[in-house]
Amino acid sequence: MLVFTISRIANAIMVMLAVAMLAFLIFRLAGDPVELMVTEQTTQADRDAIRERLGLDDGVATQFARFVANAARGDFGISYRNGQDVLTLIGERFPATLELVLVATLISLVVGLPLGVLTAIKRGRWYTESLQFLSIVGVSLPSFVVGILLILVFSVILGVSPSFGRGEVVQLGWWSTGLLTPSGRAALILPAVSLSLYQITLIMRLVRAEMLEVLRSDYVKFARARGIPRWRVYFRHALRNCLMPVVTMTAMNIGSLIAFALITETVFQWPGMGMLFIQAVTFLDIPVMAAYLCIISFIFVALNTLVDITYAVIDPRLRASH
Amino acid sequence: MTTDVTKTGAAARPGLLKRIRNSDVWWSFTRSKSAMIAAVILAVLVSAAVFAPLIAPQNPYDAAQLDMWKAELPPIWEPTGEWPYLLGTDTQGRDMLSAILYGTRISIVIGLFSVVLSLLIGMTAGLCAGFFGGVVDNLLMRFGDITLSIPTILIAILVSTVVRQMLPDDLREIGAAAVLVFAIALSSWVQYARTVRAQTIVERNKEYVQAARLLKVPARRILAHHILPNTLTPVLVAATLNFGMAILTEATLSFLGIGMPPGQPSLGTLIRIGNQFLFSGSWWIVLFPVIQLCLLVVVVNILGDWLRDLLNPKLR
Repeated sequence: MLVFTISRIANAIMVMLAVAMLAFLIFRLAGDPVELMVTEQTTQADRDAIRERLGLDDGVATQFARFVANAARGDFGISYRNGQDVLTLIGERFPATLELVLVATLISLVVGLPLGVLTAIKRGRWYTESLQFLSIVGVSLPSFVVGILLILVFSVILGVSPSFGRGEVVQLGWWSTGLLTPSGRAALILPAVSLSLYQITLIMRLVRAEMLEVLRSDYVKFARARGIPRWRVYFRHALRNCLMPVVTMTAMNIGSLIAFALITETVFQWPGMGMLFIQAVTFLDIPVMAAYLCIISFIFVALNTLVDITYAVIDPRLRASH
Repeated sequence: MTTDVTKTGAAARPGLLKRIRNSDVWWSFTRSKSAMIAAVILAVLVSAAVFAPLIAPQNPYDAAQLDMWKAELPPIWEPTGEWPYLLGTDTQGRDMLSAILYGTRISIVIGLFSVVLSLLIGMTAGLCAGFFGGVVDNLLMRFGDITLSIPTILIAILVSTVVRQMLPDDLREIGAAAVLVFAIALSSWVQYARTVRAQTIVERNKEYVQAARLLKVPARRILAHHILPNTLTPVLVAATLNFGMAILTEATLSFLGIGMPPGQPSLGTLIRIGNQFLFSGSWWIVLFPVIQLCLLVVVVNILGDWLRDLLNPKLR
C-alpha cells in the first residue's frame, strides 16, 4: 500500500514537472517578455535593468530551475499588465470560482441523481425517452450558449435575475463569499445553473447505465421477492451500489469544471480566476497565464491522485496490478 | 469487348452504391428514425454551407454590399422587417442569413480539418506506441498522460494564443483558421492514440502479423496495410463524436475572442458579436447563430451516438 501511494505521488510530481515545463515554454515562445512590459519611451538602461531583474541572461536550464523552485513556493512573478503579484491576483479571484463550481456540482447531483434513477426504472415511457433525448441536446449545447440563453430568458425578457457580477460579497478573513447576502445568492443562480447543465446530463447518463446493470442483479430480485416496497429497493438497495462511480466522477470533474468555469465566467462577467485568465490571454500577460495553467493542473492531478489512492484503500485488487 | 470486361467486373464486385445498400450500417440506418432525421438535417446544413456563395443573398465579406441604412433590421416577419433580409441584419447592415451560411462553412471546415489532423497525430502515435513498445511507447503515452492532465479547453486556448503570437503580424488574420485547427487537434489526439495503441497491441500478436514479420515485410507496410485497417472502427466512432466537439471548441474559442477574427466570422464569432446586443433588443443578431450552432452539433452528436451503439460489439 505504501509503495502504491508513493508511486502514485511520484507520478503526479512528474506530471506536474512536465506541466511546469509547458508553462515555461509559453514564456519562451511568446516573445521577449521585456518587449511586452515596456513602453516605447523606456530607455535601453531600463530595459537592461528589467532583463537583469528577471534573470533573462541566464541559461535556459537555470531559468527553468528557478521557475519551478519559485512556482513550488507559490511565487509566479508579477503581472506584466499591472505589476501585481500573480498569486495574490489569483488568490483574490479563487473564492468566486470555487463557490461557483461547488454550487454547480451540488445542483448537478441534486438534479442528476433522481433523473438518472427515473430514466432507468421507467424505461420506455415517453417522458424518460424525451429526457434521454434532452440529455443529448444538453451535451451538445456549448456552455456559453446555455449562458446566453439563460440571460436572454431570465434577465432580458423576464427581468428576474441579475446577469452579471457577483452581487454583494462578505469578507471572511481572506475568503470572500457571496453566499451570505441576498444579492450574492441571486447573482450566483444563473451562472451556477448554466455551469451545471453539462454535469447534470453526465450524472444522469452514468446513473442510468449503472442502475440498469444493478437492477438486473440477483440481490435486487430477492429484495423484491422478500416483499420490500419497490421504491425502497430502488433508492435504498440499488442506488447505493451506483454511487461509487458517481462520486468518483463528480470529484474528478471538479478540476475540469474549474477550468470550464472560465467560459461561464466570461458570459456572466463573474469575477473569478477564469475571467482573470481570459483577460490575461487578450493582454498576453504570460505570468498570469502560466500560473493559471499550473494551478488548474495541480488541482486536476491532485484530485486524480487522491481518487486513485482512495480506490486502492477501498479495493485491494487495484493494488496488485500496479 | 471493353464493355464486356466492365460488365463482368461489375458482377464480380458489386457497385459502391449496392455495397452500401447491402451493409449492416445501412440496414440499421433505415430503421432508426432519429438517425435518418439527423442525417437529412445535417445534409441540408452542409450543402447550404458548401453552396453558400450561390444561395446567400449577400456576400457578407464584401464591404461594398453592406448598406448602413439597413442596419439592425429585424427578421422579415416583424413589422419593420425588409426583403431580402429574411433573418434581419446586424449593426453593420450585414444580412444575418448570409453571415450564418458563411459562418457555418468556416465552422464545418475548421471542425473537419482539426478532426483529420488529430486523427493523423493520434493514429500515428498510437500505432508506433503499440507496435514498437518499449521506450517509444513510454514516451508517447506519458506525453499523452500529461496532455490529459490539462483540460482540453485550456490546451486549445494556450496553443492558439502562443502559436498566433509566433506568427508574423501580416499572417495572423489569414492564418487564424489554421491556428485553430492546430490548437484543437493538439488538444484532442490522445483519445485516438490510446484506442489505436490498445488495438495495435492486440493485433500485433496475432498470427497474420507474425507471418508478415517473418516474411520481412517492412514495419511501415505492416502498420499501414495490416494493422491499421483493424483499428479503424472504434476510431471512426470517436472521430464522429469529436467532430461535434471540435465545432464546439472552435465556437467557444471564437466566442472568447481568441478564435476567428470578426473579418471572417465563424458561428462563434457571430455569437460573440451578437452577445453585445443582447440587452439592446436586437435579439436576432445572437439568437439565429446560436440556433444554427446548436442544430449542427446536436445532429452530429445524434449520428455519432447512433454509430457508437451500432458498432459497439457489446451491444450486438
